[in-house]
Amino acid sequence: MACSRNTLRRFLRPLQQYRSYSSAAPSPSAQLNLPIDYKTTPLLHHSSSSILASTGLPNNAPSKRLNLYQAINSALRTALSADEDVILFGEDVAFGGVFRCSVDLQTEFGSERVFNTPLTEQGIVGFAIGAAAEGMKPVAEIQFADYVYPAFDQLVNEAAKFRYREGGTDGNVGGLVVRMPCGGVGHGALYHSQSPESLFTHIPGLRVVMPRSPAQAKGLLLSAILECNDPVVFMEPKILYRAAVEHVPTESYTLPLDKADIIKPGSDLTVISYGQPLYVCSAAIAAAEKAFKGVNIELIDLRALYPWDRKTILESVSKTGRAIVVHESMLNAGVGAEVAATIQEGAFLRLEAPVKRVTGWSTHSGLIYERFNVPDVARVFDAIKQTLDY
Amino acid sequence: MFISFVGRCARPAARSTLRTSRSARGSIRWGTSISQQPGSDHVRFPGAVDSKFTTEMSFVTPSANTAIPTYRVVDSDGIIVDKTRGALDVKDEEVISWYKNMVTVNIMDTIMFEAQRQGRLSFYMVSAGEEGIAVGSACALTPDDVVFAQYREAGVFKQRGYTLKEFMSQLFANRNDTGRGRNMPVHYGSKKLNTYTISSPLATQIPHAAGAAYALKLQALRNPNIPQRIAVCYFGEGAASEGDFHAALNIAATRSCPVVFICRNNGYAISTPTLEQYRGDGIASRGVGYGIDTIRVDGNDIFAMRQVTKEARRMALEDGGRPILIEAMSYRVSHHSTSDDSFAYRARVEVEDWKRRDNPIARLRKWMENRGMWNDDLEREAREGIRKEVLKEFAAAEREKKPRLKEMFTDVYEEMTEESKGQREEIKRMIETYPAEYDVSEFEDGIKGL
Repeated sequence: MACSRNTLRRFLRPLQQYRSYSSAAPSPSAQLNLPIDYKTTPLLHHSSSSILASTGLPNNAPSKRLNLYQAINSALRTALSADEDVILFGEDVAFGGVFRCSVDLQTEFGSERVFNTPLTEQGIVGFAIGAAAEGMKPVAEIQFADYVYPAFDQLVNEAAKFRYREGGTDGNVGGLVVRMPCGGVGHGALYHSQSPESLFTHIPGLRVVMPRSPAQAKGLLLSAILECNDPVVFMEPKILYRAAVEHVPTESYTLPLDKADIIKPGSDLTVISYGQPLYVCSAAIAAAEKAFKGVNIELIDLRALYPWDRKTILESVSKTGRAIVVHESMLNAGVGAEVAATIQEGAFLRLEAPVKRVTGWSTHSGLIYERFNVPDVARVFDAIKQTLDY
Repeated sequence: MFISFVGRCARPAARSTLRTSRSARGSIRWGTSISQQPGSDHVRFPGAVDSKFTTEMSFVTPSANTAIPTYRVVDSDGIIVDKTRGALDVKDEEVISWYKNMVTVNIMDTIMFEAQRQGRLSFYMVSAGEEGIAVGSACALTPDDVVFAQYREAGVFKQRGYTLKEFMSQLFANRNDTGRGRNMPVHYGSKKLNTYTISSPLATQIPHAAGAAYALKLQALRNPNIPQRIAVCYFGEGAASEGDFHAALNIAATRSCPVVFICRNNGYAISTPTLEQYRGDGIASRGVGYGIDTIRVDGNDIFAMRQVTKEARRMALEDGGRPILIEAMSYRVSHHSTSDDSFAYRARVEVEDWKRRDNPIARLRKWMENRGMWNDDLEREAREGIRKEVLKEFAAAEREKKPRLKEMFTDVYEEMTEESKGQREEIKRMIETYPAEYDVSEFEDGIKGL
């Protein structure tokens, strides 16, 4: 039976509180779980003057407001200009990529250096390994981290073990970087939401890195491509591609691939996270410091997920005596397990409370359940409260 | 993995990519659509531009095609088959060196297989029946060409200049092994010979060869003065069932990579006969499907192997580069490895029959004897000399110390991580605390080498 036009119009009327495609509708009465306001978050450089502290560049370095995909694009352009051994490929990168990260690069650097591959993840990574072995610096893109598994064998058995098995021949694939968008995006369901980082942090020989912001992304990616002689799995939180905008230095700069970053110093509790959940942690810390007068909470961005900066974390927890680890991927054998175990081993006598983990549940990313599944401000706030009260 | 088209068009956080306008500067027209003329016999579908319409419904059947023929030059009696071709363009001393290389691999195989049976090394794989494929193809390459092998290509290493000392150092995992005692036996590798270290996972090296070839191509474009190089990749017909084979041939074709793929089709993947491996016309018939020039060759005929590889190398470098596929037919005369008893799945008589009928070494020997350049005395002398040499290196390598214990931790990353340094200290502490539990005497510098 055909609908009348009026019925149809009523049927299609947008609900006030809904963004049409997103499951991230806040509860109307929410005090904590408000949408992250990227325009005011202290994690992003809203003016050009705060850049120097995090990038090590001089105070007067020229900068430009970029979102995450533009910063990635800027890093790729810088790398392609700096070193003719850099090549960029993957599915759909030639026209600019499905997330616009490689926009204009083929025009600028030619189709020999920036090109589409057939739709085959094992082929993309295998091809990249061969090119890296012959001295190139391939930057391979996997369209979504969810589709990296066909290349798992190539990453784990080949890329990670290449230098070790070649030994005295000095053969290696240190030039290799594999980029992949990861993490929840509100409506990505099972195969556009995953964060498989802990599958790679179990693999000696691979470096696993996740930036939290445009300026971090550019420095870390340039470091991975131009300076690092180990294969790097570079994970980009896709929800930040357009959401996170900040001042990014226009010139080339690198950030260390094995150092955590203390975003906010504090003395009573250490919150450790990486990628997009850092924004959640920042909001929860602000709420907690308001609610519990006199409490001062430290926030640390791991940045390098493996090999990771155990020293910075242990020093912080030895000082605060309390720790919470927050990540989006599921609890079981996640990065949080490694961090928590290391803390109990390395700061046992300083601990005043058990190390808490606030993570995704051990289930899959069901489409309509995402806002209940990923760590939110309320869950981090509650973990802070419980850890302080212990 | 199945990926729906919809899945691939996932929207980014804020706005559909479909609504993102392409930059005018970077827009490229990826295809053209031409409206069909009335009465036209075809339309240019972007997926198959040269396909004509037909009103006859007929499915393409593989059996309708005759099997791709097998190229040979010399028959099993060492006689040149095509009398009109004239003499082969090869120097006697070159042929003798190929012959000796095949015999060396064969003698080394016999001795090392036995040594494994005596428990003197952990594992071994022989090349029996496939020495011709390895030596015949390798002798057509230049030293600069880059080789990716599977594991049954000892003849390639020998032909490229890998020494008996290097073979033995690797097999015994001693301190002279470039692999630093980390890999199983027969996982050879050599930087100076442009031959990558072998890894066990099957077919993973096939896309590596495509990527390496692409790198060589770009480097040649940048610097036209360096000699042109190709990548060469060896694999068995079993490995060709892996997804990496498909990925590699397709990507090599679409990126026009100067790579020669050499498939050793020896009839078995461990116990699995080809009837359970594929139902098409071997591996060669697949090459055509990827748009790759392909040939099938008699792997027991070293002259055919050499000619085909030489021509494939030339073609691979033509017009900016392209991949070539060679399927070399042979029979795996031996067990798969020292961990396999092949008579559990095939008749002894079949194996004996192959051994008697044809093998690459006997065939070349007949050819040389027909030409009067080889005889029983030379044969005996060569075999005795090689055998002595192998046994000498065997004994020396077996006596040699193992690498330093610290090599357990080095080369995981370019620099040893803090974590690894801590773990190295911990194992050191354990060995020092419980010296009776750990024997470090066979390692260079003992505990100090950690």
